[in-house]
Amino acid sequence: MVPHNDVSATAAEGLSALVVCPSCDALYRMPQISPGEDAICHRCHRVIAAPRRRAGMQIISLAAASLVFLVATLFFPFLKISAAGLHNATSVLDVVLAFTNKELALLVLFTAGCILAIPALRMGLLLYVLVPLVFDHPPRPGARSAFRLSERLKPWSMAEIFALGCAVALIKVKDLAQVDFGPAFWMFAGLVFLVLQVQRNLCSRSVWDALDQDPALARPAPVEDHRA
Amino acid sequence: MSAGRDVLTARDAGLVGCRDCTRVWPAATTTCPCCGSALMSRDRRALQRVWAWWLVALICYVPANIYPMLRTSTLGSVSQDTIVGGAITLAEHGSYSVAAIILLASVVIPTLKFIAIAYLALSVARPSSARQRRQHMLYETVEYIGRWSMIDVFVVAILSALVHLGSIASIEPGPASLTFALTVVFTMISAQSFDSRLIWDQLEDEEDHARAP
Repeated sequence: MVPHNDVSATAAEGLSALVVCPSCDALYRMPQISPGEDAICHRCHRVIAAPRRRAGMQIISLAAASLVFLVATLFFPFLKISAAGLHNATSVLDVVLAFTNKELALLVLFTAGCILAIPALRMGLLLYVLVPLVFDHPPRPGARSAFRLSERLKPWSMAEIFALGCAVALIKVKDLAQVDFGPAFWMFAGLVFLVLQVQRNLCSRSVWDALDQDPALARPAPVEDHRA
Repeated sequence: MSAGRDVLTARDAGLVGCRDCTRVWPAATTTCPCCGSALMSRDRRALQRVWAWWLVALICYVPANIYPMLRTSTLGSVSQDTIVGGAITLAEHGSYSVAAIILLASVVIPTLKFIAIAYLALSVARPSSARQRRQHMLYETVEYIGRWSMIDVFVVAILSALVHLGSIASIEPGPASLTFALTVVFTMISAQSFDSRLIWDQLEDEEDHARAP
């Protein structure tokens, strides 16, 4: 990116032509990047914008699919254990309900939140924000707050960490008993993959630009056709 | 490498940048007209929040290491494992790689994270060094890796949900699982409270001094 040094041009172009690096405050004129390219901060190397072709539609499909997987994950057996003729199959709901002995109730809420509630909420919020944008409707009320919340929840969505946790847990009990994957495990693996794909396609600056379209100015620029 | 030298910041331009939507506005703006988040050119008070969360996390980290993480009962005998004890047990059973993952996620990463956050918070309070690039990389690493410490908590959750085989084997979570989860949460909030723009300001301030006759 070319550093923005000519401040006098600022007023003429309008502030919306500028972009600031959220990590280091460096100011740039929004470069012309085509879908598939990344705008990277010159000095701290943070990715500032990364528009993707047809990102809006892809994110909608991925998010909708991930919600289906998420619901399915809840109810099917996740892991099956057997030892000396005794069996136990556990679903994700059971994992969440495991911490029922009083002082660990907080941990129940936390585990449930990180692996189910927050990923579900994020995907739901993204659908709420992006569906109207992609189909050329005006944004829903509260779409801006919804998208901001979704972005802020990103580090708290821990489905992929839970997936690695499963692997460790399997090895920990392998001396104790025989453990097998249930159908929900594979759905959960699919969920993790879909959530990571959503992440890869989502360019927050592009969404903000699309949300910022003033209907009065009528600048046509759907999400996937973002020029900057 | 004189990175920041040719870089104009939003503050230099009399503007304030929004960290959520990357738009810029005149410096007096307090709420971003685009996304509605609070705007602040530099958040110096954030350092207090960083230290407050850091301290709470450290306090939680003590019981997390002392109390048992899980309680395993097999055929009448009950064993309790702390974080480190659990890793040692795993290593004794020959699962060196898993023991290494647990040690890395539950001991090495949290410890390094405490040191890294403290170092960053101290180094921006005393502007002198010209190590912005490395400090920034350290910050990004801390933000990225911190959440993976949660793995041990999830392992406890999975095991205690799964292993209910009556008298043959059953596993219950111990109190350390809660305090360790809190440790990870608080260090995450502490790192998020840190305003990484402060790292880069040092260089600019130094250059201003250098340029002045």
